[in-house]
Amino acid sequence: MSADAVIVAAALAALPDRTAGDEGRLGPRSAVGPSLQPTLAELSVPGRHTDQVPHPPADALAGIPAVHLRATPPALPELNEPGVVRHFTALSRLNYSVDGGFYPLGSCTMKHNPRINEWAARLPGFARLHPLAPDTLAQGSLQMLHELQGMLAEISGMQAVTLQPAAGAQGELTGILLIQAYHRSRGDTERNEVIVPDSSHGTNPATASMAGYRTITVPSAPDGGVDLDALRAALGPRTAAVMLTNPSTLGLFERRITELLDAVHAAGALAYMDGANMNAILGHFKPGAAGFDVMHYNLHKTFSTPHGGGGPGAGPVAVNAILAPFLPAPLVVQDADDGFRLERPGERPASIGRVRAYQGNAGVLVRAYTYIRAHGGSGLRQLSEDAVLAANYLRARVGEAYELPYPGPCKHEFVATARPLKGATGVRTLDVAKRLIDFGFHPPTIYFPLIVEECLLIEPTETEAIEDLDAFADAMLAIAKEAREQPELLHAAPVTAPVRRLDEATAARRPELRWRSMTGAETPCPQ
Amino acid sequence: MEVLDGLRYTEDHEWLRADGDQAVIGITAYAADELGDVVFVELPAVGRRLAAREVFGVIESVKTASDLYCPVAGEIVAINDALTAAPELVNGDPHGDGWMIRLRPDDPAAADALLDAAAYRALIGG
Amino acid sequence: MPYGPHTVDDRGRMLAMLGIDSVEALFEDIPAAVHATGIDLPAPEPELTLVNRLSGLAARNRTDLASFLGAGVYRHHLPAIVDAMLSRGEFFTAYTPYQPEISQGTLQTIFEYQSMLAELTGLPVVSASHYDGATATAEAALMAIRATGRTRVLASRAIHRHYLATTATYFSGGGFTLQELPTLPDGTTDLAALEGALGDGDPVAGVLLGQPNAFGILEPMAEAGRLAHAAGALFVAVVEPVSLAVLASPGEVGADIAAGEGQPLGIPMQYGGPYLGILATTEALIRQIPGRLVGRTRDLDGRRAYVMTLRAREQDIRRDKAASNICTNQALCALAATVYLATMGPHGLRDVAAGGAAAARKLEAALAAVGVRRLHAGAYLNEFVVRVAEATAVHAALLDQGVLAGLPLADWYPDDADLSEGLLVCATEVTTDDDIARFAGALREVLA
Repeated sequence: MSADAVIVAAALAALPDRTAGDEGRLGPRSAVGPSLQPTLAELSVPGRHTDQVPHPPADALAGIPAVHLRATPPALPELNEPGVVRHFTALSRLNYSVDGGFYPLGSCTMKHNPRINEWAARLPGFARLHPLAPDTLAQGSLQMLHELQGMLAEISGMQAVTLQPAAGAQGELTGILLIQAYHRSRGDTERNEVIVPDSSHGTNPATASMAGYRTITVPSAPDGGVDLDALRAALGPRTAAVMLTNPSTLGLFERRITELLDAVHAAGALAYMDGANMNAILGHFKPGAAGFDVMHYNLHKTFSTPHGGGGPGAGPVAVNAILAPFLPAPLVVQDADDGFRLERPGERPASIGRVRAYQGNAGVLVRAYTYIRAHGGSGLRQLSEDAVLAANYLRARVGEAYELPYPGPCKHEFVATARPLKGATGVRTLDVAKRLIDFGFHPPTIYFPLIVEECLLIEPTETEAIEDLDAFADAMLAIAKEAREQPELLHAAPVTAPVRRLDEATAARRPELRWRSMTGAETPCPQ
Repeated sequence: MEVLDGLRYTEDHEWLRADGDQAVIGITAYAADELGDVVFVELPAVGRRLAAREVFGVIESVKTASDLYCPVAGEIVAINDALTAAPELVNGDPHGDGWMIRLRPDDPAAADALLDAAAYRALIGG
Repeated sequence: MPYGPHTVDDRGRMLAMLGIDSVEALFEDIPAAVHATGIDLPAPEPELTLVNRLSGLAARNRTDLASFLGAGVYRHHLPAIVDAMLSRGEFFTAYTPYQPEISQGTLQTIFEYQSMLAELTGLPVVSASHYDGATATAEAALMAIRATGRTRVLASRAIHRHYLATTATYFSGGGFTLQELPTLPDGTTDLAALEGALGDGDPVAGVLLGQPNAFGILEPMAEAGRLAHAAGALFVAVVEPVSLAVLASPGEVGADIAAGEGQPLGIPMQYGGPYLGILATTEALIRQIPGRLVGRTRDLDGRRAYVMTLRAREQDIRRDKAASNICTNQALCALAATVYLATMGPHGLRDVAAGGAAAARKLEAALAAVGVRRLHAGAYLNEFVVRVAEATAVHAALLDQGVLAGLPLADWYPDDADLSEGLLVCATEVTTDDDIARFAGALREVLA
């Protein structure tokens, strides 16, 4: 080491390391970089407070029998506003985000989250409206929702749309329950199986189980599509539905889609499309027009509503005419006099009922509405073309150093595998992913789909500039070289993140899901 | 990868050790290695009767969950309670302290139809 | 295309690398018969046009009335700091924290959320949130079914109509039974009927009561819990989180599971969502709770850190054996609740709950003074039912006077002679004396 490097190392080593008692280190404070934080419980100082609402009279609760009341106030942290701001600001600095960088996450469509959508959702007219407000007070929201129903129907080539489901997985459950109601309405009660391909997302079989169905899994063919013969063999009088993702979770369009759908219908079953990958095919493929009976959207994927660290999303469901009567009520309808309203109780008598309270995540729906209006039909079609072009470009670049198990072209995402690296160097996909963090990127989706060993699923989306695609590809190539020459660098990665690899085994064996104590005593409530 | 002689094996990577009129069952070192750090083992109640190849429990690692299949039909006479507090025993000593269930087989000869150590070695390519 | 960065040159470079002339070549995998030629939607709009369009729509909503409407979603003061923190792109544009090393912000805020909700509910295991109160209630009922192996659930009819409807939908796939329990004239659940129902029919997996219930009335929770446990059933409390600042917690009254709607914790009403499903339970049921859980651990160098844990319960691993298909949590809404609770603290939260109680008592007195009285005699916190002849028509007339007089219960209980003449009204810390005077005055006029 150079003399300067020795001094730098000493300067770093001299910095005071904060601790969290016997729960671990927090490392040194950092002036502008990320810095691990104590919890609110540890920051709490009894008596710290910023008044937000007036103090009510001391006898406000006098009329309530003591048996219903808490004996002591809850032990919640006590901070004032500056303390709250510092805490959450510091925590935000520990996060990677789309605002901060590229997420090449296959199956997630991590595109830019436009700020105009945020502005629209915060308009007081939308934000302050109670969900049970009479229709006459909600004409703006009802009109927006009605237009969105229509736009999502047109995009999917379907006849009707429910905006009620709170997430894609809930949309899947809704769709499968619609299919169940359809079969039951026809007295077709023997159908107790749902077929999914082995490449399917885990929500598909979990959804089938929630609806009381047995899941039958059919293999994918060597070209990545569903094995048509295997599907035909699995179809029968007990099949209620087949759940397909198109493009598939391998990023490949089902070339035999027409034959697959014909086989499904010939067996008396219905076809469900998982719409997670709609970003590839907007304006190029309309599931309803092609023969699917029902599909769900993931608005937080295709239509840019923010991921929020894990939610909230929204999962509208679009259906053809035969399933429309069973949709969760109420839909938004337009009256002859051009007013809008929610359907009244009893107006959709065959409805499967509610899948959640109120009419939908309107705060998320308005963001998607704004996004679709910004693009129009031509913009959405262009968006898919750019997403597919970028994916194929990135596939060609990444393919210089990683095995591509399926022949191209791909659609909006592609599969690569680090399997050859594992054999030659002992380096696994997990190690490649962790080293990518050191190169400044969020890793791609790893170990999904399950049918590809040491899988990487990579989706650039349409909003990443070509120079960022090249930088990511360069990083992937550099890591492949490191794997062969200095694999220990990958095994140790990440080394530049605020924390290194975590002990997940202990976290699962002996779960610690909450802080155990507050600092200081609870103060009595001020009078 | 350690494969002990004197045990019988299944294609689902369970091992069986005959012990008088009972059999002790667990998963192999190969399976434990594939799973990674074991975090939880769900075991059946004592007294339960199982058929051959029936699922008797679930083993969870950080990233996976796998069914556990009973090699031969019989009645559960004991389960390894130590795994509740220390599931890592399956990783540390899969053929010993990491045992899972003790069974009274319906047919004492049923275990003979299982793989022997050589056949299991061939299966895992060792 | 508004947000795409690709210039003609960029596209040209990418096409050249692929050795093709146009992007059409990348869509030849779509069979001609199903290859769509476009989407018929209105033309694209630049941001200024969007501003005008969305402003116009929002202006057609009316949020200026004196509102006494609650029924599961409540008007509260939203501290400005909540939206300020939520607006940080590092929070709202972050992905699910599957790579914990670069997601400690999200993970720690969820851990803090779990900790504070554990304190409020008195139950140690809190999920990182479910979609809303209705789905949390449905999942709580399904947990009771899985944990006991039984198939019948008893629920008070004084639980939010939408929550019961959602639970019924979630039950339809497995063929489980949801049976409603009657209420007494004082507004509480009929415990004699509960005891009878427990002993009459298939064994009961769970008993669900709301606290406060859907009429705003406070229920005899501990007794109901004892009856449930005596029959081998689990006890589920459906709760409202602000009230937990002052009311006995689900854990204190013997509940095994708590479910509820977290919207009152700093989340705007937004005409339906997104909201926050609260789900909490005991250590014994930890493997039955669906959804994400964040736990504390250490990294290789001994730093304290947070990570999603007990993941093997979730859909991507268990697939058809997962407890639920849930793939998301309401992370940003849970963050709102975390910032809100950190800002309000125990005393601020109590002020909100007690402030609502005080305003509700003024409301009760003002309405009684014009001859409109409570339907139920039971104790309440800040919401109650008043009886008004032709309640639905009166409600409509009051709208014209600028008063949103709660919820006409004929919408939810059309076949109940008493309830269909009821208005479910509430007051919170934002309800002013002027609002109350306006309501009472308008009511006097309408009834005259």
